[in-house]
Amino acid sequence: MAPATAEPKTEPIATRQAYGDALVALGEAHEEVVALDADLAVSTQSMKFGKAFPDRFFNVGAAEANMMSISCGLAATGKVPYASTFAIFASSRSYDQVRLGIAHNELKVRIGASHGGVSLGEDGASHQMIEDIALMRAMPKMQVIVPADYNQAYTATHESFEREGPIYMRFGRPSTPIVYDEIAETLGDGVDVLRQGKDISIFACGHMVWRALDAAQKLEREDGIEAEVVNVAIIKPLASKAVLESLAKTGVAVTAEEHRVTGGLGDAIRQVAAEQHPVPVFALGMGDEFGVSGTAEACMEHFGLTSTGIIDLVREAMVKKPLVQHPPIRGSSLD
Amino acid sequence: MSHLKPVPDPKPAPASDQQPSIEELERYATVLRMHCVSMLAVAKSGHLDSSLSAADIVTALYFRVLRHDPRNPNWPERDRFVLSKGHAAPIQYAALAEHGYFPVEDLQGLRSIGSHLQGHPDMNRTPGIEVSTGSLGQGLSMSVGICLALRLDGLSDTVQTFAVLSDGDCQEGETWEAAMSAAHYEIPNITAIVDYNHLQTDGTTEEVMDTGDVRAKFEAFGWDSVEIDGHDMSAVVEALERSRTLGRPSAIVCQTKKGRGVSFMEGRFGFHGKPPSPEQAEQAMEELEATKRAQDEALGKR
Repeated sequence: MAPATAEPKTEPIATRQAYGDALVALGEAHEEVVALDADLAVSTQSMKFGKAFPDRFFNVGAAEANMMSISCGLAATGKVPYASTFAIFASSRSYDQVRLGIAHNELKVRIGASHGGVSLGEDGASHQMIEDIALMRAMPKMQVIVPADYNQAYTATHESFEREGPIYMRFGRPSTPIVYDEIAETLGDGVDVLRQGKDISIFACGHMVWRALDAAQKLEREDGIEAEVVNVAIIKPLASKAVLESLAKTGVAVTAEEHRVTGGLGDAIRQVAAEQHPVPVFALGMGDEFGVSGTAEACMEHFGLTSTGIIDLVREAMVKKPLVQHPPIRGSSLD
Repeated sequence: MSHLKPVPDPKPAPASDQQPSIEELERYATVLRMHCVSMLAVAKSGHLDSSLSAADIVTALYFRVLRHDPRNPNWPERDRFVLSKGHAAPIQYAALAEHGYFPVEDLQGLRSIGSHLQGHPDMNRTPGIEVSTGSLGQGLSMSVGICLALRLDGLSDTVQTFAVLSDGDCQEGETWEAAMSAAHYEIPNITAIVDYNHLQTDGTTEEVMDTGDVRAKFEAFGWDSVEIDGHDMSAVVEALERSRTLGRPSAIVCQTKKGRGVSFMEGRFGFHGKPPSPEQAEQAMEELEATKRAQDEALGKR
């Protein structure tokens, strides 16, 4: 694989910026890479590719279904399409086109879904996608990646060219603090222990990862709780072994995601725990509710998607943590 | 239903001086129709009338117009065929089998566990299928994507993409997104063929949702657009061959009859998605055999 040669970022920056930057690098390295957008190319950052490679960039206008089916045709004819739009249009609006044309055919199409979650902000519920991870996890053959910061988003996008099969990548709108010092060549199994701890596991993805690290620091300082922070960037297929190792160590977990607790990261972790190492798993995320208008930060706070929200749930979890630990069950059918 | 006879000497990718005549094409169309009746009778499931209305279009394409090589289904310079009305899969399967993409005996496995012949076309299971279809409205968009890739590969002048649509496809909004984009990208090598048979699951298109003047709609979207009798083989061949000379998106609206070739189904409501009963299959096969005998006689092939 061509190494990711970009300079790692150190200051807060949006993950969607990394998507656009890595896309240009991929376009330079591989002639078969093409990009599509549906009239949001400046927002998703695919316009960077469009300016660099106008012949290989297709802005289909406000027609997301058409974009996904066109991507199918391009991939069936040897191209590697990166189709970009807001997460809401990339998942729910064009679900059937992604499902039949891309996932069912196991085609090498990469969906760059920007503006995921409530941190899209002011546009409100109509644009805040909070169930895309659930939708895409449920879709057969679809892989789901949610990077935590710019540097990891660059790795995810850059490496996606080498991976087989369809991939859904979720990026965010607002600037978000840097978690990874380097731009790695690979996501590996997509489950990284960012901070070791013995008392409780915090599994987080996307914009909740830096908040989980912040929460862990405060928990150690204020409560003496040693929380293990695990970034789950590849939610499907989930590296269950890495999840189990943390669960076996701590015996209780909190999950944190900018998404409905139904079908998202929380459910993915609970699935592994329930089958192979049944310990309590408490999920922080959106309940049975839609988003609202506000600034990105105000929206996150409104729904408790903050380090304080994580801290509160960890304290509750520690009270309910079982006193006796059992070893994990091996030889299960989960991947 | 074992009394089907294989077509003698099918001619894949014929050279121009060996092209089958209009009369020979009409006879091939009858044989493909017989395959459809036989397949559906065995499968006891599927869309027979929708397959029969497209039989002449599909025959004209596979036996005369398409440049393709059954021994090399992935030949990069092959013409592309996309069956947007994926429920008419049996007629495409029959054409593929007759050209040797897979054994004719495979047709009897339609829609059954273990067969590669799915209810709707599947590109990863059946040789000769370009993209999986079956959810109406997607085929024309997929064809636009194929054409954009062909353009990047420098093949726009040599390879034509033919998409066969139903009137149901024309009720789906995505078809018109695709029509808009083909004109916008000035795609020179796309042909949309509408099998306008005026019958859908719940009634006539005029009752359920009137698709209106489809020819005029394509024209309004910036396409060259003609309307023909979709069962007039020479008109179908002429329109298809003309379309690849135009250098712009081309629509051919084919006025057709659902269930064409079987008297009790032709243009009649109530057969969509319903397999023929054993008695109906028997009668349909007798009629088609009589048609084929007459065609054989006319061709001096008795």
